[in-house]
Amino acid sequence: MDFKSSDTLPGPRTEDHLPQTAQAAVKIVIVGGFGVGKTTMVGSVSEIRPLTTEETMTQAGVGVDDDYGSETKTATTVAMDFGRISITEQLVLYLFGTPGQERFWFLWNGLFEGALGAVVLIDTRRLEVSFDVIGRLEESGVPFVIAVNSFPDGPRYPVEDLREALDLAPEIPIVECDARRRASSRDVLMTLMTFLHSLAMTGSLT
Amino acid sequence: MTPPQRRRRHPKEQPPPEPLKQGPRKEPERLYVLTGSAEGRERAALDLVTLIVARADPPPSSTPERAALIRLCAAPLSVAELSAYLNLPFSVVTVLLTELLTAELVQARAPIVRQAIADRSLLEAVMHGLQKL
Repeated sequence: MDFKSSDTLPGPRTEDHLPQTAQAAVKIVIVGGFGVGKTTMVGSVSEIRPLTTEETMTQAGVGVDDDYGSETKTATTVAMDFGRISITEQLVLYLFGTPGQERFWFLWNGLFEGALGAVVLIDTRRLEVSFDVIGRLEESGVPFVIAVNSFPDGPRYPVEDLREALDLAPEIPIVECDARRRASSRDVLMTLMTFLHSLAMTGSLT
Repeated sequence: MTPPQRRRRHPKEQPPPEPLKQGPRKEPERLYVLTGSAEGRERAALDLVTLIVARADPPPSSTPERAALIRLCAAPLSVAELSAYLNLPFSVVTVLLTELLTAELVQARAPIVRQAIADRSLLEAVMHGLQKL
């Protein structure tokens, strides 16, 4: 962390500057297990090169030998990649790719609670890693869609089998995608927005 | 081949989300490196996507990291971007920004968060923007 000279300060490239008219931002969270393609998806639709924000927390160590009330503390750094899409001159959309663990939910203020919605990116080779996060989205009333990132060696299940395996409500969209492709990732986001819009129409957004 | 099986969960009874107006609550203890002791000090309610815009040039008395922050947001930038470019944890950036907001050196533009009744025109604007991608 050196701030020696203003010449070497990091910052956005000129073409990455938002216009002064940018008034407000919204966010969408892309959540899934490690290696499922979250950062790939963020990168394929983002207008800026994906960036990383970090948070550091200390945790009281829980050790079996800790019988005398002596607390050991360890610092943990968690990182989150994100990207950006300018919607209008006034409105900006941010995409955050985050693992599903619970600590991410409270570490960043309103990461999920304030988000318009979430994309749960799943890998059919490791379907079960998404179970917990889907459950927590359901519990918190965060609207979400399922995007199946198609890996060539992953098992292919019919959508209805996936819906049953994931025990999803019938209205929750499930789409296949290739997170490397911009158009495909864009379609996933569009599926989420269309779903949110239909919820708004029926007034059932929790 | 049969996929593994999950069981559905249901919304917990909870007050409507108000992530931007929060009082003290249980949070992991954070590290404050550049900000001195921030214990007990109020932090501004800043979201990852709150847009920050400089209102003035950094005063000569600014510390280097505060001056860097002010220069970075000559054009609007989200708190997340500031954290990324400065390579500082989100919580450290929010403490620095709280000071700059209090000193009226920067301005914050609050994000639009999900509402119980969604703003359809907002959703439509986002959809329209995505279509252009």
